[in-house]
Amino acid sequence: MTALVSTSGSASTRDIVAGDRGRRAFRRRVALAILVGAAVVLAALSLMVGRTFYPPGEILRVVLGEEVPGASFTVGRLRLPRTALAVVAGFSFGLAGVTFQTMLRNPLASPDIIGISSGASAAATFAIVMLSLDGAGVSVFAVVSGLVVALLVYLLSYRGGVAGTRLILVGIGLAAMFKSATSYFLSRASEWDHQEAMRWLTGSLNGATWSGTVPVAVALVVLVPLLLGQSRNLNQLALGDDTASALGVRVERTRLITIVAAVVLIAFATAAAGPVAFVAFLSGPIAARVVGPTGSLLLPAAFVGVVLVLVADLVGQYATGTRYPVGVVTGVLGAPYLIYLIISTNRARGAL
Amino acid sequence: MSSTASTTEDEPATRAVVRRPRALRALWLLVLLSVVIGLSWASVAIGTRGVSWSDITAALGGATETWQQAAVATRIPRTFLALLVGAALAVAGAALQGVTRNPLADPGILGINSGASLAVVVGIAWFGLTSPTGYAWVAMGGAAVTAVAVYVIGSLGSGGPTPLKLALAGAATMAALTSLISAVVLPRNDIADAARSWEIGGVGGATFERTAQVLPFFVLGFLICLFSARGLNLLALGDEVAAGLGERVAIARAIPALGAVVLCGSATALAGPITFVGLVVPHLCRLLVGPDHRWLLPFSALTGAGLVTAADVLGRVVARPDQIDVGIVTALVGAPFFIAIVRRQKVKEL
Repeated sequence: MTALVSTSGSASTRDIVAGDRGRRAFRRRVALAILVGAAVVLAALSLMVGRTFYPPGEILRVVLGEEVPGASFTVGRLRLPRTALAVVAGFSFGLAGVTFQTMLRNPLASPDIIGISSGASAAATFAIVMLSLDGAGVSVFAVVSGLVVALLVYLLSYRGGVAGTRLILVGIGLAAMFKSATSYFLSRASEWDHQEAMRWLTGSLNGATWSGTVPVAVALVVLVPLLLGQSRNLNQLALGDDTASALGVRVERTRLITIVAAVVLIAFATAAAGPVAFVAFLSGPIAARVVGPTGSLLLPAAFVGVVLVLVADLVGQYATGTRYPVGVVTGVLGAPYLIYLIISTNRARGAL
Repeated sequence: MSSTASTTEDEPATRAVVRRPRALRALWLLVLLSVVIGLSWASVAIGTRGVSWSDITAALGGATETWQQAAVATRIPRTFLALLVGAALAVAGAALQGVTRNPLADPGILGINSGASLAVVVGIAWFGLTSPTGYAWVAMGGAAVTAVAVYVIGSLGSGGPTPLKLALAGAATMAALTSLISAVVLPRNDIADAARSWEIGGVGGATFERTAQVLPFFVLGFLICLFSARGLNLLALGDEVAAGLGERVAIARAIPALGAVVLCGSATALAGPITFVGLVVPHLCRLLVGPDHRWLLPFSALTGAGLVTAADVLGRVVARPDQIDVGIVTALVGAPFFIAIVRRQKVKEL
């Protein structure tokens, strides 16, 4: 940049700004393409590897609905629901997480920190253990509870206006309460083993079924266009409520739509895969570093979420002798990055 | 350290609040003592099954002939452990709140108990640790490392260790530690049952023998904290004032923090991670006796002992014939309290 200015002194500010903006837009497109590509490759990889390896051709035939001996069962019935759940859950967590972070103007205010994921998880365990619900019933219960929890966090932190700091702290308190409630419900279900219980404590893709995955996918189809439609308003909201309304954003309406959409996404994904640790929290900041400071983070963060869940699941299944649930891997691998993030945001005092 | 000197030093801290007369404090102390004794009796008498009076008195005398008497006999060490753990966590919480000058400091919320838990789990799974003394040592190590790490992470950047930054650093660290505990436990089916008690705190299955092995650590921790009360009072005035009054601020911080870590480690070594006791109790006690740590710490010890014992009894009564672990009860009761404290603070102070 400086070289350009010094050699051709005649370059006007306008050209520089335009060139800069063009470069950033280009970087964003490239980064987004890489993220999507990585997600596709990882999804394909998670379908191919396992006890038996299947080449991409056979995978494609199974996915297109052909009968392939052996592969149809292993890939179609066992691996495909798992991979599909990883993709839709990762997408939901990433998208909902970055929505909260942008709206509350705080990278630490993701749904898994402020108690919404743990609330949905506690509701799901309650629905399964105490009410003996399954499938869609659990999802609906989790969604309703997620919305109630979000409302509760909002109301409890309301005292002459909602301050972000108070909201986060109230959320931390509620999250601790819901986690212990989850532990209690799990302790009532004595016939469950530790592996199964882990789903509701840290998130897991074990035992993924279509009946759990399809509701998440439907929620995504409905809510993604809605959220993306709000992405411009959301970005202006990040400038502050007053600035945003001066720019013509209907602040309260935008906030209501995005919160409800994000909570519903989180709740559906949690009902299917459990509160996969740190994915909602980490996707936004990682996406911000990958795509640079231009434009909306919603889509990049969603694809980062997909990549995170797929990578963590592959690592959890095949990296060691033990099959770890995905949430344990994201929790362990996410921790160092998280601490780096807390340190660097504390230093910069800044946004994502 | 004459008594006149200490009263002048305390004055700025207590000027804003009404001074409690000594007699009133002594009265409260008596009330608390009787409540704790009553709760201990309840904890021995009330269980998942009803037991007659004669059996209770017989069991207290050492008889274990009928199953009722045997049941009561197992409740005695359990009650003792609940009292001890409650007192330890409450004193640790009061000390941490003084050291960090942070109303939300609690060994559970800051992740210190989880750090101790992880250390114990690693010790059991990889190094074949079995003795309570060994648990206590590694638990204290884990607690110390976590406490320092969370404090450092939470105090980086502008504004120092604000309640928000500390609580966030604690919550994040706790989430990571919980995942690590699961990662250590999952491949080991042989220790899964033993390890479950390190994920949720509880006092079930306590024996005098195991408690006695860790008892010296508890005593040490209590002594360190109680003797640093004066330093904590000075710290409450602010670092500059404390330094101006001749206190070495770094040491005045380090000593009670060490005491808190010893107490958290010992409590976690015996009962697993229990949250919110260290948060709730000092706040309640401050309402009773004011901010003077020389009173606050002993009061916290008593109240904490009472609270954990009450939570244990409640957990046995509510879910008959099952039990709810103490750690779950305290979290369910303590979280609303945490939120109330958050709501009371001004936004600037968070």
